[in-house]
Amino acid sequence: MARFLARRLVNYLALCLVATFLAFALAALTFDPVGKLQARNPPPPQATIDAKRAELRLDEPIPQRFVLWLGDAVQGDFGRTVVNQSISEELPRRIGVSLRLFLLGTVVGIGLGVIVGVASAIRQYRFSDYAATFFSFVILSTPVFLLGLLLKYVALELNTAAGAQLLVFTGETTPGFQGGFFEALVDRVQHLVLPTLTIALGQIAYYSRYQRSAMLDVLGSDFLRTAQAKGLTRRKALFKHGLRTALVPMATLFAFGFGLLITGGTFTERIFGWYGMGDWLVYGIEQDDTNITATVTLFVAVLVLVSGWLSDVFYALLDPRVRLR
Amino acid sequence: MTAYEAESDVLADPGRAGEPAAPLLEVADLEVSFPSEDGRVRAVRGLSYRVSPGEVLGIVGESGSGKSVSSLAVMGLLPPSARIGGSIRLRGQELLGLSDTELSRIRGRRVAMVFQDPLSALTPVYTVGDQIAEALLVHGGRSTTASTARNRAVELLDLVGIPNAAERVKAFPHEFSGGMRQRAVIAMAIANDPDLIIADEPTTALDVTVQAQVLEVLKTAQEVTGAGIVLITHDLGVVAGTADRVIVMYAGKAVETGTVDEIFATPRMPYTLGLLGSIPRLDVGRGQPLVPIEGQPPSLVALPPGCPFGPRCPLHEPACDAAEPELLPAPGAAPDHRAACIRTGELAAADAEGGELAAELFDAHVVEAEPVDSATRIDREVVLGVDRLVKHYPVRAGGIFRRQVGAVQAVDGVTFDVRAGETLGLVGESGCGKSTTIMEIMGLEPPTGGSIQVLGSQVEGLSRADRKRIRRDLQIVFQDPMASLDPRLPVRDLIAEPMEVQGFDKAHITRRVPELMKLVGLRSEQINRYPGEFSGGQRQRICIARALALEPKVLVLDEPVSALDVSIQAGVLNLLDELKARLGLAYLFVAHDLSVVRHIADRVAVMYLGKIVEIGGVEEVFAAPQHPYTQALLSAIPVPDPEVERRRERILLTGDLPSPANPPSGCRFRTRCQLFATLGADQQQRCIDVEPPRESALPAEPDAPVGAHLPDHDVACHWARIRTVV
Repeated sequence: MARFLARRLVNYLALCLVATFLAFALAALTFDPVGKLQARNPPPPQATIDAKRAELRLDEPIPQRFVLWLGDAVQGDFGRTVVNQSISEELPRRIGVSLRLFLLGTVVGIGLGVIVGVASAIRQYRFSDYAATFFSFVILSTPVFLLGLLLKYVALELNTAAGAQLLVFTGETTPGFQGGFFEALVDRVQHLVLPTLTIALGQIAYYSRYQRSAMLDVLGSDFLRTAQAKGLTRRKALFKHGLRTALVPMATLFAFGFGLLITGGTFTERIFGWYGMGDWLVYGIEQDDTNITATVTLFVAVLVLVSGWLSDVFYALLDPRVRLR
Repeated sequence: MTAYEAESDVLADPGRAGEPAAPLLEVADLEVSFPSEDGRVRAVRGLSYRVSPGEVLGIVGESGSGKSVSSLAVMGLLPPSARIGGSIRLRGQELLGLSDTELSRIRGRRVAMVFQDPLSALTPVYTVGDQIAEALLVHGGRSTTASTARNRAVELLDLVGIPNAAERVKAFPHEFSGGMRQRAVIAMAIANDPDLIIADEPTTALDVTVQAQVLEVLKTAQEVTGAGIVLITHDLGVVAGTADRVIVMYAGKAVETGTVDEIFATPRMPYTLGLLGSIPRLDVGRGQPLVPIEGQPPSLVALPPGCPFGPRCPLHEPACDAAEPELLPAPGAAPDHRAACIRTGELAAADAEGGELAAELFDAHVVEAEPVDSATRIDREVVLGVDRLVKHYPVRAGGIFRRQVGAVQAVDGVTFDVRAGETLGLVGESGCGKSTTIMEIMGLEPPTGGSIQVLGSQVEGLSRADRKRIRRDLQIVFQDPMASLDPRLPVRDLIAEPMEVQGFDKAHITRRVPELMKLVGLRSEQINRYPGEFSGGQRQRICIARALALEPKVLVLDEPVSALDVSIQAGVLNLLDELKARLGLAYLFVAHDLSVVRHIADRVAVMYLGKIVEIGGVEEVFAAPQHPYTQALLSAIPVPDPEVERRRERILLTGDLPSPANPPSGCRFRTRCQLFATLGADQQQRCIDVEPPRESALPAEPDAPVGAHLPDHDVACHWARIRTVV
């Protein structure tokens, strides 16, 4: 098993490189970072432009640029932005912001998704099941940016009704906030609720559908009946035997869902003014910045592939039938 | 063996069966109904019975008779949509109306259950040991710790006959075979020493040799716990050998009850009589007329007044439709023998006259056919010949570059021929390669090894056109008529399709379809109906009509009756018999049910792990089997006659089928062989080293001349000798 996982990890690393190279090459081919410089009025002298081209290695072949960038990246230096800031200095802060948002959103999303799905399955064709189905489809068919804006609007109404700033929808913290640990925590939570909800809602909707059908498969199964015949109450049999088995197929979904969150995260970060990786990607594209784009892509690739690897691990842990000798 | 004798003693004790002591379980006027789109389905309609401590009550009936539903009601495991009425008392305590928590204290401790399908009855993600221990821990209270429960689980697994229990307790369900899983389920059921064990079709999903093992385990379980057993089954043979008393259910009601001997010897309800007459018997040959019960069980949504069996009953008279008959003591029978029929007195009188009552009553007769003369066999044309057929499936390993690491030897050198006008039965347990063999034949592709010959042409080197031509003469009927008919085509199109493919003109097809329907006993008005509107037996008739559309010479029948209820099965078997006689067909009949094969086949080939171990005329092989595996297989099959069952000695095979990817050296059967164990060391060595060749069998008569061999009976065993087991 350990050998199998190690081999999978090596495969995944190779895939990470391929993904990053493709993003790098695509960005390098289409971006024109000196175009903005040339469009200035009055235009800067040719020497300045040439210097910028040399600094950004624009005249070298793309594979060579990639290898040079990668060589530095391996040592922890992801290059500089078009405006000559260090990416590596910015990177940890951005990753921290994004992970905080995604991790919390995912935990809430998985937890509530499973609960809603199981409840729907157990109460199939009752009112609560229909309600959960309805809201799931509404949320799934709502684009994330619209969902974010809707939540902002709801929060605004709520704040107005309460007559106080209960929920804040810009940034991570109040700029220049002063106060003790407890007040700081409250301040952070006030900022965190809306973006987390934006991310979690989509996941709850998505996971609950799958969890519902996985649970329904198990509900009619013979082994659940055996467990009850043994003397377990229905509730206990449902959770210990039913849910445990129904979670197996979900493991893959959870893992890849987390890896792919960055797509929804991009909008969420933008809407709520969180300066995370998604926000950075948009910024990088706006600025015609190859290095930022490649760095964020590498981050996403690593996230997806670590998730994939983790899903293999989870699956093996959850299901003895796939455990390899 | 000893369990068997102990059982007989119990039966012989008149006090036991005659007047039941304080009942362990008392079910009274049980009613269960479910909602459906057409209205409420009354699955159980006023069922009453009692079970005494230590008694085995058999509940028999066809699918939909309410036998399983009534037992799930006792366990309190019916879905919430079910409406339940009446009373269920366990040692006087009313179970109906108890909450789930209260019931969970009774389930598994005082009443335990064994289910039909062992493959899905265990939770796949926990070890077998944990699941058995769980049963102990839920009821154990504080004194039971995880480690004592675990130790007890090992003891229980050992008790139900799992070898090396201490090690196997850590295995997951998917590492167990079907028979082992059912043993594990039984271990779980007896874990808390219950008063009552309900076994719902406990052996239906298992092979016969495994069925015999599991029934033996159930008996052991009963001896150990002293529990009463409710055994639900559709197999009258199993009931005959196991039960003390029997309830026959039909349309949600008990229609006859009594001791097992009374029911089998003097049935007093026409349905029971028909049911008993419809089973082909292993101990009776071709001469047995099979009773087909016409029609199908009634819908339980809106039952008309009167006897629910009336429309299918040969004794039906207008008075039967007046009211549903009560379950009353049958005249001239033991006091607790009851039947629900107003004409049961006439039955008793007719029975007193003797003769084949069931056959006369249901107008069953033996299909008249010219006997297939075994002496002239050699002169008849070989319509299907298989010579040293080999089919191996590669086992591969590795990710991208998959390399072959072994082969599943599904079929490994099988030779037989089917000659014009005869039926060859191909029998064996699941995994023996019988399905692979017929798929190879039907594929008409060159096999991995050996050769296949159909109507004189070798399949190797056939052109596409030739292959299409040969398909006309070689047709197949599959096991599951539900799955082998396209539900979106009307019967007309289903039957016409083979003729369209072969390019027959429209006029011919239009004329042929109604003819074919009539031939298989369907009414031609039903031509535009869809398969969903037909019952299982009728669907199988459609499949047969489709297979006959091209007027084939050979029909391959892949378990054609095993998905059908017994009363329906008899009709289809009679039809096949008749078609063979009328159309001069040859059948290759694949089945796991040897009783059916004995009834329909002229010759039989017994397969084990990809090889034929014995082949010969049905009468010779069944009466004087020479290969130990044939003997074990025949001995494992229960006969629907309690008296015969009590006398029979059962050969119990040990263990399960070895993996065909890694078969034992020498004789493949030696690892489970009952004869092998009795051999001397050097004889055993021969079995291990040398694969027994297929040789002519020795004659059955002890005074036959030395060196004489039967011409047409081959057996592949170094130490073959006759042992009568039926």
